[in-house]
Amino acid sequence: MIEVVNLNKSFGDLQILHEINTKFEKGKVNMVIGQSGQGKSVLTKCIVGLHTPDTGSIQYSGKNFTEMSRKERMLIRQEIGMLFQGSALFDSMTVEENIMFPITMFTKMTKKEKLDRVNFCLDRVNLGGRNKLLPAECSGGMQKRVAIARAIAMNPKYLFCDEPNSGLDPKTAIVIDNLIREITYEYDMTTVVITHDMNSVIEIGDSVMFIHEGQNWWSGDRESIITTDNQEIIDFVYASDFMKEIRASMKEKHQ
Amino acid sequence: MAVISTLRNIGKYMNMIWIVFSRPEKWSVFRERLFHEIHFIGINSIPIVALMSIFMGAVIALQTASNMTSPWLPAYTIGYITRSSIILEFSPTMISLILAGKVGSNVASEIGTMKTTEQIDALEVMGVNSLTYLVLPKILGAVLFFPVLITFSMGLGLIGGWLSLVLSGLGSTETYVVGIRSFFIPGNIVYALSKTVVFAFLIVSISSYYGYYTKGGALDVGKSATKAVVSASVAILIANFLLTQMFLL
Repeated sequence: MIEVVNLNKSFGDLQILHEINTKFEKGKVNMVIGQSGQGKSVLTKCIVGLHTPDTGSIQYSGKNFTEMSRKERMLIRQEIGMLFQGSALFDSMTVEENIMFPITMFTKMTKKEKLDRVNFCLDRVNLGGRNKLLPAECSGGMQKRVAIARAIAMNPKYLFCDEPNSGLDPKTAIVIDNLIREITYEYDMTTVVITHDMNSVIEIGDSVMFIHEGQNWWSGDRESIITTDNQEIIDFVYASDFMKEIRASMKEKHQ
Repeated sequence: MAVISTLRNIGKYMNMIWIVFSRPEKWSVFRERLFHEIHFIGINSIPIVALMSIFMGAVIALQTASNMTSPWLPAYTIGYITRSSIILEFSPTMISLILAGKVGSNVASEIGTMKTTEQIDALEVMGVNSLTYLVLPKILGAVLFFPVLITFSMGLGLIGGWLSLVLSGLGSTETYVVGIRSFFIPGNIVYALSKTVVFAFLIVSISSYYGYYTKGGALDVGKSATKAVVSASVAILIANFLLTQMFLL
């Protein structure tokens, strides 16, 4: 479990996050949603230590990450897998080398063991046999799947996904969503997914946190986000007139 | 404002250097990267260094010969001046300035692109010290291989000078050889190679700094590469002045 307590973060005079308090539970897909520029990515980067919070703490299974030395943080980070918005694959390495990279850095596996692990991860994301491709030779969806394979290569306890569906067609987006959900349950990970995509929220979100103006505006599950009367959420989830009509008809059905 | 900005950059650069010289996560990976960088930064620079050295050696010898109008000057002076110019300044300083352009822009754009495409963030999230992983092999690769390149450049510069004199008929092989052997001070080679080590460190560390702290997109990577080349060149000129004062005076 990851617990965020009274987290504040600003850049210069601009305060991005205000007193964020939340818990991301183990074995669940925890969604973080909100409009662009509300601080979702900043929150994730604070949690994984890419940004230093101004105040507040982040606890990884009870261990205070914010008070750790750089060396201790590096150890915790070896338990973290992260899927970046742009995949962030090492473009000079092949798919196989990308996935093998963390294994080579942090384990003493033999070459055969490493290759077996790479092939297992590639099979897990339905990319078996694509070992020798370069990232530039992969489609957007394939790159995301390779990034997921790299993220799970070390059997992480925590998985962060920053807009995993951005730039993907709806069908591929669902494949990625399902993959994230499956590996979360399979490895009992604490998964945090940042997204704008309401399809993803409805499809795989076990818990949902809505960030608005840098604050934890609303938390709940995927069912309650459909029925809530919170105006900011309604404006976000049902942004178009078409969606508003759908909401109205759904409400009628409920009544 | 410019002074504060410069001081801030120097502080940030020092802090980066402190982190760069941390213990690598895995020595076998580090060794592999070191050889890769020696190849990438050093061996790939051999053609440009060779071309520059032969032609500059030739020009130095020709200019010296064409300006030797006094009959009081012995003929071997051409070889002597060519050797001194090449060993003391041309090879260590001019070649380093050229390498600041070639290697500096390469390093800054490589690291800058990795920064803007979140590859450096990916390394950090995995628990890899990205500065040690990326920058340390580059610095050590350059520091180890630049002296080899410069020694090579000195040799080729002298050959270029000899070729130009003999082919133009402005001097003979015998007088040129006498010239390059006259008043030879071995310490000058030590001085030149010591300068080279300092220049290698400055080129790669400054370029890495600008690459690593790139913010934005492709345009900013280009700006970082330009800043890296300009700053590394200025640093070489200042260091050259200070080292010359220290070693030769």
